[in-house]
Amino acid sequence: MPFIQNSESDRQEMLAAVGVRTMADLFEQIPAELRHNGPLPIDAGLSEDELRAEMTELASWNTPMAAGCFLGAGMYRHFIPTVVDSLQGRHEFVTAYTPYQPEGSQGTLTAFFEFQTMVAELMGMEIANASMYDGCSAATEAVIMASNLVRNRTKVVVSHGVHPHTRRTLETYLKWTEMEVVEAPLGADGRTELGDLADDNTCAVLVQNPNTLGVIEDLDSIAATTQAAGAISICSAYPTSLGLLRSPGEAGFDIAVGDGQCLGTAPAFGGPSFGLFACAQKHVRKMPGRIVGETVDDKGRRGFALTFQTREQHIRRAKATSNICTNNALIALRGAIYMAAAGPHGLAEVATYSLAKAQYAAKALGAIPGFELPYKDAGSFNEFVLKCPVPAARVNKAIDAVGMIGGLDLKAWYPELGENCLLLAFTETTTRAQIDQLVSALTNLAAPQPVA
Amino acid sequence: MNKDTLLFEKSRPGHRTLRLGKLDVPAADLSLLPKGSLRTKAPVLPEIGELDLIRHYVLLSKKNISIADSFYPLGSCTMKYNPVTNEAVVQYPGLADIHPEMDAGRVQGALRIMKRLEDGLAGITGLPGVTLHPAAGAQGELTALLVANAHFEATGQTKRTKVLIPDSAHGTNPASAAIAGLEAVEIKSGKDGLVDLADLESKVGDDTAVLMITNPSTLGLFESKIAKIAEIVHKAGGLIYMDGANLNAIMGISRPADFGVDMMHINLHKTFSTPHGGGGPGAGPICVTDELTPYLPSPRVVEEEDGLRLDYNAPQSIGMLRGWPGNFGVLVRAYAYLRRLGAEGVKRVAENAVLNANYIRVKLNKAYHVPYDRMCMHEFVCNNKHQREKGVHALDIAKRLIDLGYHPMTIYFPLVVSEAMMIEPTETESKSTLDAFIADMLMIAEEAQSDPDKLHAAPVTTCVGRLDEGRAVREPKLRYACYKD
Amino acid sequence: MRPDDRKYLSSHEWIKINGDIATIGITDFAVEELSSGNEGDLVYCDLPELGRVLETGETFGEIESVKAVADLNSPLAGEVIEINSAIEDHLEILSQDPWDRGWMVKIKLSEKDSPELLDLAGYESSLEN
Repeated sequence: MPFIQNSESDRQEMLAAVGVRTMADLFEQIPAELRHNGPLPIDAGLSEDELRAEMTELASWNTPMAAGCFLGAGMYRHFIPTVVDSLQGRHEFVTAYTPYQPEGSQGTLTAFFEFQTMVAELMGMEIANASMYDGCSAATEAVIMASNLVRNRTKVVVSHGVHPHTRRTLETYLKWTEMEVVEAPLGADGRTELGDLADDNTCAVLVQNPNTLGVIEDLDSIAATTQAAGAISICSAYPTSLGLLRSPGEAGFDIAVGDGQCLGTAPAFGGPSFGLFACAQKHVRKMPGRIVGETVDDKGRRGFALTFQTREQHIRRAKATSNICTNNALIALRGAIYMAAAGPHGLAEVATYSLAKAQYAAKALGAIPGFELPYKDAGSFNEFVLKCPVPAARVNKAIDAVGMIGGLDLKAWYPELGENCLLLAFTETTTRAQIDQLVSALTNLAAPQPVA
Repeated sequence: MNKDTLLFEKSRPGHRTLRLGKLDVPAADLSLLPKGSLRTKAPVLPEIGELDLIRHYVLLSKKNISIADSFYPLGSCTMKYNPVTNEAVVQYPGLADIHPEMDAGRVQGALRIMKRLEDGLAGITGLPGVTLHPAAGAQGELTALLVANAHFEATGQTKRTKVLIPDSAHGTNPASAAIAGLEAVEIKSGKDGLVDLADLESKVGDDTAVLMITNPSTLGLFESKIAKIAEIVHKAGGLIYMDGANLNAIMGISRPADFGVDMMHINLHKTFSTPHGGGGPGAGPICVTDELTPYLPSPRVVEEEDGLRLDYNAPQSIGMLRGWPGNFGVLVRAYAYLRRLGAEGVKRVAENAVLNANYIRVKLNKAYHVPYDRMCMHEFVCNNKHQREKGVHALDIAKRLIDLGYHPMTIYFPLVVSEAMMIEPTETESKSTLDAFIADMLMIAEEAQSDPDKLHAAPVTTCVGRLDEGRAVREPKLRYACYKD
Repeated sequence: MRPDDRKYLSSHEWIKINGDIATIGITDFAVEELSSGNEGDLVYCDLPELGRVLETGETFGEIESVKAVADLNSPLAGEVIEINSAIEDHLEILSQDPWDRGWMVKIKLSEKDSPELLDLAGYESSLEN
């Protein structure tokens, strides 16, 4: 039997020690009528080689992004240095539990203390926690935290430019509370129009930078307007962009969140990723999630431990700041290794390369007759909307025909944009040849069709 | 050489690991970005070369206790062997390098893995509606409570606002209830460690939404009156939610649907062998009855004539709780594990987990007080009653175990046993490992009598001793001070 | 020795009444339970704002140790007129002298209720259970 080491004779000895005869006798607590004696609808087990063959086949039914793929929309294909897989893959990190016993967990704890520092630096904030599930849940937890910081206000203003999954997650969590979500629209230039939506009943304003249409927001003005209304300003930032773009902290935000997949983890069909969460130290008692702190041991040596644990569910139960327990530690560790491998200059390089590829593509695509870049004036980072002369689905088919994967058809997420808008993402892994091929595929599509 | 420096202390200007090749397009034109949109201050990240980076993390890894190096009988956490094959499989480009917004036709393999895993979990639990969406057990709990909310709203039962939770439950249960906008009401444990039926009957009523029950309980006991409990709650119109943290003990032996469970979550990082990773990622699928299936979160995996696809628009769904379909990488590992086990293996897992736990129990129940000393499931709880008068606490016993090369058991949980020590060996441990652990635990019991200070001083073999956790709160240092002010 | 010049709650608060002013604190037992006998383990105490009007039994604050947290409940109704801010930064006072220097809040009693409070013997017998 796979993974069970004891032999039949081991088992017999152990059964005798316990004082029973058969395995079934061990389950005397379960009333006979509640036992399941029929077969399970599960196939027979596989050996390791059989499993690898099956998984290889299943994997072959999927198309990897390596061929050229212009999907982003919150999950990006960035280069992952080998050290990330190699170090994260160490058994001592992979198979350890949550570091509740600090003396035997200094590896994980030290790595998370460093992680918190790097996330705080990236976000331009004072402190960060040791990770959330992903960007959507981090943003949602930030709103819940804001509602605890600013009591007796029930309105949450969320930009329409925030990722639809984040908006839907927020709605799911807030539906059963007093809180009400109001959306701030996007202007013709693609930027959030906060107007006078932040009022004296508003506890939080949530924006995303760049927003889902790829547009760079005017962060300073949003943070200032929010603050003037006495509400908590929350910015969800794309960590890679922070190698170049203004950080939420610099712009004056109270809470910064983000999704860490871009920091050293493959998209993997949507997860696991991890969420970044940063804020001012004065708010630490209202923060969700695990936090590692520095202290000393009985001999005065530096050591690290989980701290402010009374905020958490295992102690404060119904009054906890969040119900989160297991987080996404191992993926956050990948993020830490990635950030350390990149350093400030590597991160800036990844950001400027991604920007350069997107600018190269935008220039060429915008020049094809019939194609437009509707939000060109507002400015974008590595992703932008391309308005096509034909439905985006048809454009994607044309890209498919040249062996690449197109962009995101915005019809489902932003129906008001119609059927012709495509969201295209570029990273340092996108090659010039792929972009040129994309441009030529779209040029051919725009050209008058020859009469058959 | 000081092996305890932080990355920031190792940092040297100009050092770097990640360097990209030559840019194959014209350089970025920053003037195209809006004014004021650039960073004015670069983040102070470490600057470190590849070899030094590797040494840093390898040295850190050696400061961890892990399943790979030590027996890890951490009760309630199911620290079983995490198959290395599965770590290799998830790196296949066809499983890692795929985007969740690809057309369904390009990801049939990914969707098939999800579908088959759903089917397997449905078979094991007897509950046909499965979602793999929740990111972890706690989110699975919340998902289920929101499903209950949606069900009661759809059926006009909006006065059902109370969640009954036994006092031995995990802290996530009441915390999840609070987020779902529900009120947690505690149900007492009886003298036998099981739910006190009289207390339950006195608290159940037409305001009851859900009873959250952990079965087997956190005391390692099967709630033998579970069918009666379910009947009481169902009669009052409430739903039964099972915290599936301890499914490892009963899978293949008893199906939760058969004892009245309407909804449950499964921790894939416990029962289905996906690694704990120092605290995650997990995955917390939930399984529900047919009646509750329409409310499951989005997206759902749906099968149509031309194959599988993700449906983000189920009309009665409670919505999304995170981005994308789920922690796919974790789901792949769980699927691979289930495929290795097969139907027969699933049952063997439960049997061997229960045998291993009982074997330790009968060997330790004289040296340590076992408050519910009868046949247990996959874990049992003992405490320091026999050591207390020597001033030896559960914490001291746990710390001494570290010196002897173990990760300690869970301590101070469940709350219903004073100074609880909860031991869960899992099925993957060999008898020889258990025998060595038993011998060491017996030695510690002797030391508690003869040399209690040895226990108070432990651990002494680790890179740090007991930490001043009070100071970590009173004088918080939550990040490295990157600046000299 | 616990003082018998005051009344108790089974949730381990004490209240000492002097005319229409009452002083509230927590017992040595509560301090010991929270801190496991290690005064450095008490880490945080959240006291109410002046002027807050408390109902009988209302939670007016919290006290935290490294691994536990307890609500502070007001045995009687009244308005908060003074808080002992000295303990916020020096929680060790609670371990050293919970009965006098470790007081937490003073309230001006409102007359509307007279719930049943425990005397010393009643409190101590509640500890037995």
